Order: sequence, then C-alpha cells, then structure tokens
Amino acid sequence: MGLKKILDNMKPAFSEGGKLSAFGSLFDAAETFFYVPNETAKVRGAHIHDAIDSKRSIFFVIIALIPAILFGMYNIGYQHNLAVGVPTDDIFGQFLYGLGVMLPKIVVSYAVGLGIECAVAQWKKEEVHEGFFVTGMLIPLIVPVNCPLWILAIATAFAVIFAKEVFGGTGMNIFNPALVTRAFLFFAYPAMMSGDKVWVNENYMDCINGTIDGYSCATPLGQLGAGEPVTYDAMDTIIGTIPGSIGETSFIAIMIGAVILIWAGIASWKIIVSTFVGGALLAYLLPYEGAQNFEWWEQLTVGGFAFGAVFMATDPVTAARTECGKYIYGFLIGAMAIIIRVLNPGFPEGMMLAILLMNVFAPLIDYCFIQSNINKRAKRAVK
Amino acid sequence: MANVIKLRKGLNINLKGKAAAQVSAVPASKVYGLVPDAFWGMKPKVVVKEGDVVKAGDALFVNKLHPEMKFVSPVAGKVTLVERGDRRKVLSVQVEAAASQEYVDFGVKNATSLSGDEVKAALLESGLFSFFVQRPYAVVANPSDAPKGIYVSAFSDMPLAADFEGVVLAGEVENFQTGITALSRIAKVYLGVQPGSKLTSVKDAEVTVFDGKCPAGNVGVQINNTHPINKGEVVWTIGAEEVIFIGRLFNEGKVNLTRTIAVAGSEIKTPSYKKVLVGAKIADIVAGNVNTDKKVRLIDGNPLTGVKTSEEGFLLAHSTEVTAIPEGDDADELFGWIAPRFNEFSVSRSYFSWLQSSKKEYVLDARVKGGHRHMIFSGEYDSVFPMDIYPEQLVKAIIAGDIDRMEALGIYEVAPEDFAVAEFVDSSKVELQRIVREGLDMLRKENE
Repeated sequence: MGLKKILDNMKPAFSEGGKLSAFGSLFDAAETFFYVPNETAKVRGAHIHDAIDSKRSIFFVIIALIPAILFGMYNIGYQHNLAVGVPTDDIFGQFLYGLGVMLPKIVVSYAVGLGIECAVAQWKKEEVHEGFFVTGMLIPLIVPVNCPLWILAIATAFAVIFAKEVFGGTGMNIFNPALVTRAFLFFAYPAMMSGDKVWVNENYMDCINGTIDGYSCATPLGQLGAGEPVTYDAMDTIIGTIPGSIGETSFIAIMIGAVILIWAGIASWKIIVSTFVGGALLAYLLPYEGAQNFEWWEQLTVGGFAFGAVFMATDPVTAARTECGKYIYGFLIGAMAIIIRVLNPGFPEGMMLAILLMNVFAPLIDYCFIQSNINKRAKRAVK
Repeated sequence: MANVIKLRKGLNINLKGKAAAQVSAVPASKVYGLVPDAFWGMKPKVVVKEGDVVKAGDALFVNKLHPEMKFVSPVAGKVTLVERGDRRKVLSVQVEAAASQEYVDFGVKNATSLSGDEVKAALLESGLFSFFVQRPYAVVANPSDAPKGIYVSAFSDMPLAADFEGVVLAGEVENFQTGITALSRIAKVYLGVQPGSKLTSVKDAEVTVFDGKCPAGNVGVQINNTHPINKGEVVWTIGAEEVIFIGRLFNEGKVNLTRTIAVAGSEIKTPSYKKVLVGAKIADIVAGNVNTDKKVRLIDGNPLTGVKTSEEGFLLAHSTEVTAIPEGDDADELFGWIAPRFNEFSVSRSYFSWLQSSKKEYVLDARVKGGHRHMIFSGEYDSVFPMDIYPEQLVKAIIAGDIDRMEALGIYEVAPEDFAVAEFVDSSKVELQRIVREGLDMLRKENE
C-alpha cells in the first residue's frame, strides 16, 4: 500500500538519531492516526484485546459534540443578524457567518494546545496523547463569541501547561483543562468574559482586534442575576436561540450528544443523570427571588448547565472513578451549580465553578467508598 | 442442593475455532520437556544429569526452598538436556522417551483411610504436590502451611478453554472423586461448578454453583464470592484435571500426567481434543493442524491467560489447552479509530458487535489494538471483575509500589488471571496481568 510505504520510508528520519528526530512524536501521532499500531501482545498476559482504544473513545466525544458545534455556529450568525437588525431567515448565511467566527477559535485552540502537547511528548519521549482533541474542541465552545484570539491562546496555553502537563498529561490531571481555560479567562480577563457585551458578535474583526464593542445583549442568567425579567421564553432556551457561550445554548443539540455518549458507553450516564437530578432538586427548592417569566426547570436549559453536565462533568479523568461515587459527584455538581447561580450575586453562571470544585472533591468521594471496602476487609480479618 | 451464586459482572468472548468434543491421541513425542517457569515462585534445583535414565515419576528437579517438593518426569527415558538461559536459569529439563514406559510404583492406597499428613506425604513423594497453587501470591504452595481450604473450579469460561465436565472428565469420574476425597483429608475442599453440572453430587467437597460470565470459572472469583481470603490465611487451589492426577496416584499407584487438552482457535484446521502428556512438544500436538497461509501465534493455554509458545516449546504443566490465533502484526489497518470495523469485537457500542448475534464467533488477532495510555476511562475493569475488590485502585497501588495499600485493597485474594478479562477490555491497554504478577512477587519478597 502506497501510504504505508511512504510512512515506512520516512520513519528512519524521525527515529532517534535521524535528521528530523525532533519531530518524532509528531510523526508517531500521524502514523497512529492513519494506521492501527501493529504492536502485538507480549509473551505473557492477554493475547487478544478489545478493539476499543482511547483514540476511538475520544473521537466519539467529538462526534457527540458535532450537533452543539453546528448549532453554535448557526446561532452566532443568528444573534449577529438580530443585533444588526437584518432579517434572520437566511439559515445558511448565518451558519457561514458563525463558521467564519468560530473557525479561527478552533484553529487557535488546537494549534496552541497540540503544539504544547507535541513538544512535551517529544521532551518526555512519549507518544502524543489524543486527549487534547476533545479539550481543544471544548475550549472554543465554552467561551463567549467575542473572546479575542490572543487571550484564547494564552488561556489555552495556561490550561495545557498548568492544568495538565505538570500533573503528568492525559489521565493524570486533577482539573478539567477546558474548564481551567475558561476559569483563567474569567478571572484574568473579566471584562472579556462577562457583562452584556461579549455574547453577540457584531463584526468579524472583533475577536481579532480584541476590542469589545459588542452589541449589548444579556443572557437569561445575566437577567436573572440582575433581577430583571427574562426576555426569552422556555422554547428559546431549549432550541438555543439565545445569547451565550458558543456551544452551550441549545439544549436539544446537547441532548443529542448525550445520547451518543451514553449509547457508546463513553460518558457515564450515572454522572449525567445525577447532575440533572441534583440541579433539578435545588432549582425547585431554591428559586430565584422574584424571577419573572422563568420556571424553575429552565435552570437546566439555560446557561452552561446541560453542556457542563454532559461534556464536562463526565470527563473520566477528573470525575469520581468509583461507580457509586459517580452518583454523588454528579448530584453535588448539579446542586452546587444552582446554589452558586442563585445565591452568589458575583457569578451569574455556576456550572464552571461547581465542576472545578467537585474535581477537587472527586478523590475524596472515591476515598470514602474505597475506604469502606478496605474497612470491610480489615474487619473480616479480625473476626 | 448446592448453593447457587449469581455473578452479574463479566464478559464472554466468543472466539472462532472452539474444540469439537472428539478426543484423539497424539503420537508420543520423541522428547518431553518439563519447564520450571510453569511453577511460579519456585527455584529449581536440578537433581538429574544429562544421560541419567529416569522412570515416569522420578524427580527431575526439586524446589531449592523446599527440597521435599519434587517435579517429576512425565515419561520414562533418558535425560538428554538441561536447557539453561541467561544467568544459568533452568529453562527446561528434557527427557528422551524410552520405547516402553516404566512408572515408579507409589503403591495403590485407599485415600479414605489416610490422615491429612499421609496424603500430603504421598503427594510430595510423587511430585503431584507441585500442582498446588497457593493464595496469597499465586505461587506454588508451601508444604509446611496448613491451608484454610482447598479450592477447585470444575469449569473454565475463558475463550476456547477446554470443557472439563463435558469432555475431559469422561472416563475419569472415579479418579476425580478419589482425588477430591484425598484432598479432603488435608483440608476442606470447595468445588465450584457451572449451572446444570452433574458434579453437585461429588462427595467430600462443598459444591457451589457459579452462574455468570467469564471469569466466573476462575477459582479466585469463586473464593472471593464464598469465603474471601483474609490477611494471614492461606488457601490452596488446584486444577480440576490435576485432581484426576491425584486420583490416579491413589487408584493406580503411579504418576500419570496424561491430560485431555483442547487444541483450538481460528488458525487450527480441525479444533478438537487431544490426549497428551504434560511436557509434550507443541509441534507434535498441533502437527499438520495449523493454518499456514498467515503468521500464527501459538499459545500455551487460552488467549487470555496463556503463554506465547512455538512449535519448539513444551506443553506447560498447568495448561489445559493449546490455542492458535493470527499474529496480526502485518495487518496495517487504516483509520481504525473511526472505521466501522464490523469484524472486531468490543464491549464498546462504538463498534457494531452489539448488533451481532451473541452466537457470532470472532477471529481476533494478537494485536494490542491501540496505544498504551494512563488509565483514562473509569469503570472498565470494574464491569468485568466479579470480586468485592476495587481493581483499578489495586492496580494503581501496585504501580506505585505501595505495599500497605495493596494489602488493604485485597491483593491477597487475586491472581493475575483474575485480571485477564479486564486487560482485554481496557481501552488504555495497560498490561494488568504483568502488573499484578509484579505486585504479588513484590509483596511476597517483602513478607518472606
């Protein structure tokens, strides 16, 4: 086969001692991207293996993200047209506009993140891990549409280095790197991340120049936080034609992703379901004071709640790893997100902080379940 | 009525090339070899010289740590080679079979009239004691221990495994019962059987039915679900067919290590059962029966727990099957991470094996099928690990070399084979059985 030959011919140059050995990890990544590794099992141990590998699992997460990505692009254009007062019936045109705004963000996020990953992999003489393919796609989806590209690049670099690589890379991190990106933006560049002006893109160049000159357009959570009546009805929040971070607005698109993830067995249904249960319970018990035009259950459809529950809380590395622990982990995320939203006037959105907080507590939750197993065993021995 | 235990977790892997229930004899090999590595945890001291003449049942090597433990020749003949590897490690002791077989006479004995010590002495004398494996550590048993119980699993649900009750046991029921009776003199015997088994009527043993998917047939799983091992306790396990060896010793007075093994796998032309002696040459067992149109991996044992071998290898002491699967190292499969790959088997629904009938038989090759990663996805091991143990956390404790934590998490109760299915499903492709083996050896070194 032609391609295989080409790769085989190139291999010596990229191997240790070759002219291009500095790019060896990049070559490895490309080779395993094209071909399943031909490595066979060792002399002892399982000789056969399940066909699933982390690459396939990770790309299924991206597949599950596609509805949210596509809708997010459309919504950028739709909100733009609303803002500048153009009729909003040109669906394809609006989508193209959104694509134009979104694509640079994806490119920047991947270029910065994968660049650092490749460099680190090369330095540690390891294979490049594919985990960043999901992180790099999540990052553009959870930032406001007007977030300038240079800030996005800094935040991505910060997250990859300090939230992931210093812990040892994919599988070893404590915090969800995509959320660390957002948290970094949130605290380092608050003006770019909140307020009413960052959600609608008026001009392509906004995000390149970094001038925030957006059209004022509050999100439902912003309105609730400010005690104003919500100007969107429930159907808007379910379909997603509201301002907000790019990927988070459409409840329907996110749920399609959830079905794919749960069906493929890649995300834990336990975490997703318990997050919604926790959120629903708290939303019911703890309504916004004086909220107008807002039902309690809309808490689950506005803001980043659904997106966080499906794509962020389920990150297997940073979530609870014991099966029982997953119920508690998810429940507390849902509950905490609503508590932060309703009780904390400083943060209209609570999902990001709730998940990061529970990332910290996930090992503690696991500890309790594992310790009970250990205690049971110790007790048995004494008897 | 035997107690029935249902096990919810596990995974049956349906491979192509299951052995048909026909038994045929294999022509005698010219040379037989006894491989010390099959008796894990033992240091061999060779007690014969090249050129010595031995009978079947004479010791070839003993355990340096317990010299009363013998490892005996399966055949009568002349010792031709003590094969050594790096640092003079003994790889095998080879015996050229004589034309007529002579057996050492150990005397016919009535097991019911013997005491536990007498049975133990008889087993040590005949070398059959070396077939015991002890837990903790999953190594050859220590004769000076008093085990809490002796556990036997009368079935294996590993892919392509030999069917003990349906095929291997045929004609040996009496020897099996004698073997169980003899063992019951040493300690209480627990027998694990599959649903619908006729072995529930076996005497001198507590029989439990285990109803579940692979690895429900693993003796370790059975112990954990009935009488979990505690720190400080020792139990012995022994293979069901090895109980027959013991029965033969008492009923016939000789060591007869003839096994009925499954020769199976997608690359075996006519998968069936063969009657063969321990130590027989693999080439003789699979002669003319292996597909030659592609690279084939021969495995001494089943594809989940076996050891890679070659035609030059000798049948290991504990093996109940020899299997052959494609090696697959020349597959060059394009875009595996996204292609549908209808012929692949997976527990993940990102493949289509969930759409196929559960009767579909798969041809799986020996590729690892992915890059090695840190453990990323959680709950994978847990779903196929039917023991009250946290497998992922235990493996992490072993990797970290944290002995206290390994103990607390129950490393006493496991053997590498118990992690075989977990190793199969692992998407991060961690070598779980190797890691568990290293953990057990580390712990043993620390404690002894």
